[in-house]
Amino acid sequence: MPKTMLTVATRKGTFVLESDDRRDWKLRGPYCEGWPCYHAIYDPTTGEIYAAAASEWHGTTVWRSADLGETWEMSSEGLTYGDGDGRKVSKASTLARAGDRLLVGVEAPGIFESRDNGRTWSLLSTLSGQHGSEEWDDPANQPPGHLGISGFVTNPADADRFFAIVQGIGAFETEDGGSSWTPRNQGLRRDWPADYEDVGFCVHKLVRSADPQRMYQQNHVGMHRSDDAGQSWNEITEGLPGDFGFAAAAHPHDAESFYVIPVDGGHGRTMHDGKAAVWRTRDGGSSWQDLRKGLPQGNAHLGVLRQAMAMDSHDTPGVYFGTSTGQVFASPDEGETWSEIASYLPSISSVDVAILD
Amino acid sequence: MTVADVRLPGTLTPLFPGLPRRVEVEAGTVLAAIDSLEAQWPGLRDRLVAEGPSLRSHIHAYVDGERAGLDTPVAERSRLDVIAAISGG
Repeated sequence: MPKTMLTVATRKGTFVLESDDRRDWKLRGPYCEGWPCYHAIYDPTTGEIYAAAASEWHGTTVWRSADLGETWEMSSEGLTYGDGDGRKVSKASTLARAGDRLLVGVEAPGIFESRDNGRTWSLLSTLSGQHGSEEWDDPANQPPGHLGISGFVTNPADADRFFAIVQGIGAFETEDGGSSWTPRNQGLRRDWPADYEDVGFCVHKLVRSADPQRMYQQNHVGMHRSDDAGQSWNEITEGLPGDFGFAAAAHPHDAESFYVIPVDGGHGRTMHDGKAAVWRTRDGGSSWQDLRKGLPQGNAHLGVLRQAMAMDSHDTPGVYFGTSTGQVFASPDEGETWSEIASYLPSISSVDVAILD
Repeated sequence: MTVADVRLPGTLTPLFPGLPRRVEVEAGTVLAAIDSLEAQWPGLRDRLVAEGPSLRSHIHAYVDGERAGLDTPVAERSRLDVIAAISGG
């Protein structure tokens, strides 16, 4: 079996977990000088690891490693709105590869691109002109935990077509590489008044399935599914213990299979009843099954953030998630059984998985 | 041009190979001192200076013991302390 590698971004640096059999894991790190890291990914295009980070002292940057974490460099060259703009880049929140471009989403909400694999950056878009953009550009609407652009979903068939999520506003899609954007929030539930029909939705996590037309999302209020590549959405919450959660992952080979981690929607935002569970549907959200074998079932008040669950692409895919209290749990068998493969890490922001040939 | 005696925070030096905690630069202001360091260690300015330009929120500068801003003059043999303020855990 080829090596499986997890990149784990935490509040105190990025870590790497490696395994030849997905049962025995070796932990390396912390990397990135212990900087708060919000998202770390392995990029198969370059073979490099990238980590989006922001230090309270030293600002925002993207770290990169060309040797799977042994050595690191950073660059924030061009990762700025400039001295006269008024907006400030306070955080790099999320990363994605789209063709020959590396994308990073930042707070204040904006997308920067790098065409030299993270050495230099330039502003791609702030989605200006969209309903609500003046409000989201207001620093008063950017509290400390806010991510700005909180996620991307790229399209393997078309590098110029991808989604970006503006936290607390909704999902937008570009079909021209970021020049223009269309809100993709039709059919989503919201339980609050809003000024606009097409924005004002709280999209936590958006994922593409094995079928290009089928997408899923964990929303602030409900699980949703799209059968038309995000053009419209239908709620599939029924059968879950609650409608709130952050993390979600789609099965790499079966478009009907999808995984979520429901958490309490109040201040706690931990798993229900202190019992850890991942929930899976195998029928596109018509029914849900809780997966608990090997997960702690008492006094386990675990939180999992939006970028902290991933699935690998082995024939029998593995599922992985990291917690806000520093545990990493892994299942080598599609969620049937679980084990804790790392403990005592700093609070985990993201988990990404890659198979290294 | 005056020569300033610059003391840098320990959080900065691991980011730039060869950067010492204490370094002398020719500069007439705090910002000029930082720009002088930027010339030797590209990317350093961005670690201390935010958009504006202004010192980053939790970076403090002192010239001869007095709280300073980017435009504070630096006299011959001035000591410039750049401090990463205590914030967070």
